[in-house]
Amino acid sequence: MANGEQNEAVSRKLKQTIVFEKVSIGFEGGPVLEEVSFSLEPGETKILLGVSGSGKTLILKLALGLIKPDSGQIYVLDREITRMKEDDLFALRRMIGMVFQEGALFDSLTVEENVAYRLYEERVAEEEIRRRVVEALRFVELEHTLDLYPSELSGGMRRRVAIARAIISEPHVLFYDSPTAGLDPVTSTTIVELLVKQRDVYKTSALLVTHRLQDAYLMATHQFNRQTNRMEAIREGGQVDVHTRFLMLRDCRIIFHGTAAELANSPDPYMREYLS
Amino acid sequence: MEFFSPSEFAKDKILAVQEYAMLAWHSLANLLRQPRYLADMLQQADVIGVGSLPIVILTGFFTGAVLALQSANSLTRFGALSFTGQLVSLSMVRELGPVLTGLMVAGRNASGMASELGSMQVTEQIDAMRALGTDPGKKLVTPRVVSTIVMLFFLTVISDLVGLTGGSMVAVLLLRLDSNEYWNYAWRSLSMGDVIQGLAKPVFFGFIIASIGCYYGLSARGGTQGVGRATTQAVVAASVLILVVDFFLTRLLMVIVPVAR
Repeated sequence: MANGEQNEAVSRKLKQTIVFEKVSIGFEGGPVLEEVSFSLEPGETKILLGVSGSGKTLILKLALGLIKPDSGQIYVLDREITRMKEDDLFALRRMIGMVFQEGALFDSLTVEENVAYRLYEERVAEEEIRRRVVEALRFVELEHTLDLYPSELSGGMRRRVAIARAIISEPHVLFYDSPTAGLDPVTSTTIVELLVKQRDVYKTSALLVTHRLQDAYLMATHQFNRQTNRMEAIREGGQVDVHTRFLMLRDCRIIFHGTAAELANSPDPYMREYLS
Repeated sequence: MEFFSPSEFAKDKILAVQEYAMLAWHSLANLLRQPRYLADMLQQADVIGVGSLPIVILTGFFTGAVLALQSANSLTRFGALSFTGQLVSLSMVRELGPVLTGLMVAGRNASGMASELGSMQVTEQIDAMRALGTDPGKKLVTPRVVSTIVMLFFLTVISDLVGLTGGSMVAVLLLRLDSNEYWNYAWRSLSMGDVIQGLAKPVFFGFIIASIGCYYGLSARGGTQGVGRATTQAVVAASVLILVVDFFLTRLLMVIVPVAR
């Protein structure tokens, strides 16, 4: 299980977790990203906002090296990945956790096998695997689902299992692709609470794609209380920095980068329309 | 309305051939690189080999039987009914055993692979696998290719034997031939060249079935409809390719391993 000290130690050594430098990519329908540049600092969470098709998920896939950009450089954990060989990328991806939009759980494997997948690949001892799987599932409060198949879980449970699978190998950075899409408000809040817990307790850097503005604000305005084991609102005027910033994509470019307060007070007419 | 562009069509086809060639090459080259998924190979061998056994036995048996029945009709005219064993044996071992087994396994397993991998592709499970640091080529494609090659070889041997048995049952029960005579002709007519020809083919056919099934599965796009399309295309392409390759392979093997008579 990821621990805060370890991630903080990694963070101290890393200059930047993710860096995009003038990244452009297009498909048959035209360009999707044009000269996009941003960075993700160690311990920081960046929330990517934008309408459907604006390239939010594409940014995650580019950062994972699943797709190569047409131009520009991408640095992940201080390594340039755009010209990296696939075999080296596989090694790098083991330090990254990814939660796909629908969970993308392996449907022929049980919950336990799904969560333990990476540990099986790393030939970890059976007892160690079992212990870590139970620990990861306890983090998402699903330790009772070990023997179930993904088809037997609800949508929210599948996302939580996907989070457990992503965090089990103690990643240095986490990517979340719309983890609350299509879920009811109560389940969405449960998922957001897990993301906040991962951010505040384990200090893992994260890129989060979401359409749901209320979830994004919830993340930016709440912190995790270890005593109560619950997420709670940051008091107004409080000096707590939850290291959460927003990026807004429009017309293939980043049109906003800032905090929740800056986003809410943006005078840009498009932003105001998006937020309303 | 979108007009058909011959150059775009040609480009798409060339790209598809290139992607298939890359996948096919890597499926074998992966055997030299770690990690190797032995457990997955065994599991696939069970699914492909043991799972295909009933249809291969049924097809082999009735092919041998009908071959004996049909050939007896012609052979009787020349008073050569005793050569039934030889005809069944040569036809089964050199041609019908490998080709029919290949087509049966293609129908069952190329479609299975295309639909399984296609479903994984459209539900992002392939991307998830890559994101988890696993090469889908090593984990999914290579075990299927290796298992299909190995199991198709043994399935062809079984099909040949069962086909000969089917032929012998027709020869003995319907044509009133002597069983020893049938098996004697069947055995003596086979040369090493025939056996090599018959057993070299499943190696190529197995490779075609698995690589085509995996290629169409991993190329599936567009949800469940795309998976259905990939499945159909995989069976058609694998079956046609088996028949085309069979012709050229037979010609090549006739040169490399001449059959002594």
